[in-house]
Formats: sequence, structure tokens, C-alpha cells
Amino acid sequence: MNALKLHRILEQNTGLLIFGILFISSIGGLVQILPSLNDETLSTPTMNTRVYDAVELTGRDIYIREGCHVCHSQQIRPLVAEVERYGPYSRSGEFVYDRPFLWGSKRTGPDLHRIGGKYSDQWHETHLLNPRAVVPESIMPAYPWLSERPASAAGDIQRKMQVLQSMGHPYSPEDINNAEAALQGLTEMEALIRYLQMLGTSFDASQADAPMEGM
Amino acid sequence: MSQSNQEIYHDAVVKRLIQFSVFWVIIAMGAGVYLAAEFIWPTIDFGQFWLSFGRLRPVHTNGIIFGFGVSALMATAFYSVQRTSHVPLFMPKLAWFCCYAWQLLVILGAISLLAGWTSSKEYAELEWPFDIAIAIIWVCFGVVFFGTIATRRIRPIYISNWFYGGLIIVIAMLHIVNNLAIPVTFGKSYSLYAGAQDAIVQWWYGHNAVGFLLTGGFLGMLYYFLPKHSEQPIWSYRLSVISFWAFTYSYIWAGPHHLHYNSIPEWVQSLGMVMSLILLAPSWATMINGIMTVSKAWQKLRVDPALKFIVLSLAFYGLATFEGPMMAIRSVNVVSHFTDWTIGHVHSGALGWNAMITYGTFYFLVPKLVGQPLHSIRLANIHFWLALSGTILYILSMWAGGVSQGLMWLSVDDYGQLSFSFREIMASMTSYYGLRLIAGLIFFIGTILMAWNLGMTMRGRNTVPVTPPPVPEKFRLDRKAGKDETTIAPGVPAA
Repeated sequence: MNALKLHRILEQNTGLLIFGILFISSIGGLVQILPSLNDETLSTPTMNTRVYDAVELTGRDIYIREGCHVCHSQQIRPLVAEVERYGPYSRSGEFVYDRPFLWGSKRTGPDLHRIGGKYSDQWHETHLLNPRAVVPESIMPAYPWLSERPASAAGDIQRKMQVLQSMGHPYSPEDINNAEAALQGLTEMEALIRYLQMLGTSFDASQADAPMEGM
Repeated sequence: MSQSNQEIYHDAVVKRLIQFSVFWVIIAMGAGVYLAAEFIWPTIDFGQFWLSFGRLRPVHTNGIIFGFGVSALMATAFYSVQRTSHVPLFMPKLAWFCCYAWQLLVILGAISLLAGWTSSKEYAELEWPFDIAIAIIWVCFGVVFFGTIATRRIRPIYISNWFYGGLIIVIAMLHIVNNLAIPVTFGKSYSLYAGAQDAIVQWWYGHNAVGFLLTGGFLGMLYYFLPKHSEQPIWSYRLSVISFWAFTYSYIWAGPHHLHYNSIPEWVQSLGMVMSLILLAPSWATMINGIMTVSKAWQKLRVDPALKFIVLSLAFYGLATFEGPMMAIRSVNVVSHFTDWTIGHVHSGALGWNAMITYGTFYFLVPKLVGQPLHSIRLANIHFWLALSGTILYILSMWAGGVSQGLMWLSVDDYGQLSFSFREIMASMTSYYGLRLIAGLIFFIGTILMAWNLGMTMRGRNTVPVTPPPVPEKFRLDRKAGKDETTIAPGVPAA
């Protein structure tokens, strides 16, 4: 009964109620989220993980714009079937330059974390223009507009790289200065394919089960 | 009696918000049906970027959560907080601002999503200018809501207000922390967090947006309208107190079950799983409290479609809050993760719980607001059966489809070779997707019937002016007299 008596004070005071809700609801976040944000193993790149270059970054932002992550995950779980189907399971260190993360929550289509290098550029282009031309059962939409738009129109690439640099992505001044030139003559389609082709390639499969040094 | 007779509750803003809510459920559910059709006929986007699945899907989810859901929550919060405080809304003009600014935000937000402006984070897709606007409107919502409570004339703050209060406070916290980003242009920003950390923050948000908006907010609706409509006091006030705090405390931990077997620390996953299981207790305590409250009014269930909707929503609430913790167990999640089972689970909550309780509330509230009986009880009863059959067919199709999908993905033969290719498994889903489309259509048709029914009830009618009734002596709060000995809150919301 005492607890209920105490509660009477709470339920008759607007300020206390607001504070009480804020306090009680923030405990979980403080215990769970703060340590994760300070966990250096989650922000340390695996040995071959590098920042996206100007073209790949543009491709990644197109991937986000078209909502590819709505139907494709980028997260291979450490399960026999998943490793068999997609390749070495995903490591947190592979995603340290991913803003935002694109792990997804649904696999209407297959996982794409290790799609890089599995198909030719030509296959990807055909597939993106008409998925059913190469995968008859596919229910993926076609993306005809990607081959009509120049990659340089997909956002201010120098500004993007500067923003990422300000958050600690190691871009050199030349990377940023040459960014616009790198996009010259490319379509959005080509930029997206460049991104797809590098996905998951930073992980050295031969090291898959060896302890990783220098982490 | 200290109140003057000119004082009336501000109900016009409630009515307008209900109209917007119904508008959004038609738009967003319509988009959902279209998306369901795209699973079967992938070319019906006709090469138009704005009909493309990846862009249209966030319009469906954001339209339901922020258009339909938040408009309904604002409407019912504004309605009930006045009644439970015995005082008209605090700063009514600000309430009108919340109403229209929010609608503008959802409309422009939907257009921006179709244009490809997206942060990609689920249920937080809107880009930074919208995030700032949401934060501002949300604070205004809080000012109106808590201002009304602060100026109340009755001593206890009724339980429904805690849930609405929890909605306002916790969603503000989650929204601000999760959307921290550095802008590049007006329609593009980069998250302040990267990779695994971004994932943990996002699912802390994503899970609790479901928790405090779609669950907690709608529980506020339940705690006011269920006792009001069934004319029964809350079965156990003490249980509602305990379950409120247990719910507020434990929900927030459960987010990492969205990241089982993903590249995040194992302790975070385990903690998320354990807390998800614990969450079953306050969830079911609330359901039991609701069922027991209505148990003395079963006879009303036969004739009253509004109460039928509300009671059925409680059943689906119980189902979804049982299924959720089960799916949060790692060994179950290993099958369900990434599959259509998740979609089924979400819809048992969104259709069975959120939509049904809102529909029931609207059927009850709209006739009351305009002082006119519901245009057609018969139509509302037809709607009830359409909603029930649509929801069940939806859940069953996605459950059956999702479980088989998940098991086939994991299936390996004796030599460790995959039993099925991804293509085969994907192709086997077509029938389930077909059933889901039919289910969605059935539910959607019911919703259109409701829109028409409510529209005919409201047509050309203003809200009935309601004066705050006098507060019984023992609960009266005399602001000048200061604090004195008090009695425990009653289990039934006042007038």
C-alpha cells in the first residue's frame, strides 16, 4: 500500500509525472546504447575496409534513394546456410564507414552484402533495366531512369565527402578535389553498379576464421 | 461550482483531426494494397520512379504511423485530456496549429519520400528538415497536452493521460536521438552514427516507436474509451499503475531483438531478448485488465459495433504482444528474421490492434461529437466482419509464407549443401502474396465503408458544445488552496 501512496503524489503532479516517465524510460537506453556507442570494436575497421570513393558513395546514395534496402539486406548471419548461400558472415568492422547502416529488415530479394564480384557489370545493368530478362522468377522493379541520369546529378559529391570527412572518414584533399572529375561521363546506373561490385569485398575470405590482428 | 457556464470543451479540433486520420488511412492503406499487388505484378509501377516499391513502401508505413496513427492519437488525446481534467484545452490555438502543421508535414513528407529523400532508417525515413518540423510540432503537442493537465480541476491525473504523456515524452527522446545527422543538402544528410552503432540506435528507436506510439499511445485510447464506452470502471486500477511503469521501463530495452545474429555484441542481443520476454508481463496485464473491464458489459457486445471493434482489438493486442516476445527469442528469430513473418506480425498489430481500436473509437466518438446517431449501424457491422476476416487472412498468409520461407532458407542437406535456391523459395511465395493482397483488399474495403459512414454522420454538422461538469468535492483541485490530503483516483474517467 505504501508504494501506491507514494504513487498518489506522482499521479497528482504533472511535473513529477513528466520527469518520472523520462527517467524510467531512459534507463534502458543509457545501459544499452551508451556502452555500444563507446564500444571501439564496433567502430574499428577490419583490415581491408576502406571509405567509399566518389563513385561508390554516389552509387550508395542512389541505392538508398531507390530504397533497395527495403527488400535487400546487407547482413549475413553466422549460420551455416547463410554462409553457404552468401559468403563469409558479416563483421561489424566492415560497416564502420556506413552512414547510415543498410542491414535491412526484410529479404524479399537475396542478401547483397557479398554481391560484389559475383556477377558481371553487364549482368547488373541488364538486371536493373529488366530483372526478368536474367531472373525469370524475379519480382524486382525495373529502374530504367538510372541509365538516363548523369551520376553527377545525384547530389553534390564534394560536399558529401566533406561532411563525411568531418565525421572522421579519412578522405584526402585530392580525393575530394578529384571527386567531380571521377563522376564525369558516368550514369547513375554505372555508379550504382560500381557500388554493388565493391560490396563486401573488403573482407578477406582467407582470413575468415583466423583471428584478425591489428584490430 | 467555480466554472463559468461559457466554458466549453474544444472539440472542433478533435473532429478535424479525426477527418484527417480517416483521410490518411485511406491513402496509406491504399498504397499498401498497391504495394501488395506489386509483389504479384512487379511491372505495375509502369517504370515510374514514384510508384517504385522502394519509394512507395515508406509512404505506406509513414502514412499509417504518422498520418493515420498520430492524427488519431492527437484527436483522442485532445478529447480525453479535457474530459479527464475537467477543463478546456490549454492554448487551443496551438492545438489547431498542431492539427494543421502536422497534416502539412505528412503531405510534404510523403512527397519527399516519393522524390527519394530518405534517411533509409525505418519509420524515421523523413529527412532532416522534416525531423526538425516534427520535433517542433511535437513540443507544441506536449505544451497543449501537459498544459491542460497542469490546469486541471480534478486532483488525480487519470491513467489514460500517463500513456498519452509517455507517448509524447518518449517519442520526443527517441526521435531526436535517432535522427541526429549532418545535413549535406536539403534532402540529404549523413547519420551521426555509423554501421553497427547506427543499427543499435535505429532499432532502439524503431522498436520503441512501435512501443510508445503504436502500443503506449493507443493504450491511452483504450484506457479512456473502453471504460467510457462499456460504462464500467477499470477492473483494477492498481494493475494499470503497475503495468504502466513496467511497460515504460522494460519496452525501451527490447530493441536489439531486431538485430539477432547481426554484427552487434552478443550481450546487447541477449539483453534485448530477455527484456522482450519480460515485456510480456505488463503487456498481458494490460490486456487482462481491459478484458476484465469489459466482462460486465458482454450484452452490449451483441449490438454495439464500436465496442466489438475495441474488444477485438484487445484480443489482437494480446496476440501480437505474445507473438513479439516469442519472435524475440533467438532460436525463433533465426527463422523469422528477414522473412514475411515479420510483416505478418506487424500487421497483426497494425490492423488487429491499432486500426481496430481506432475504428471502434471513431464509431463511438463521432456520433457523440456531432450529437447524431451513427449513419448506419448495419454498415458498421459489415465493416467489423470485413476487418476481422481481412486481418485473420493477412496474418495467416504471412505467417504460413514467412515460416516456410525462413525454414527453406536455412535448410541444408546431409552434405551441408543448400536444399533450395533463393529463386525457388521466392517463387514459392506467390500464392501467399496473392492471399495477402486479397486480405488487404478486404480490410481496405471495410475502411472505405467506415469513411463513408463517418462522413455521412458528420456531414454538415458542428460539434455539440459540452461544458465541463462539476468535479465531486473529494476530487476537487482548488489551485489557490495548495496541497492537502487526497484520495486515490477512481477507476472510471470523469465525464
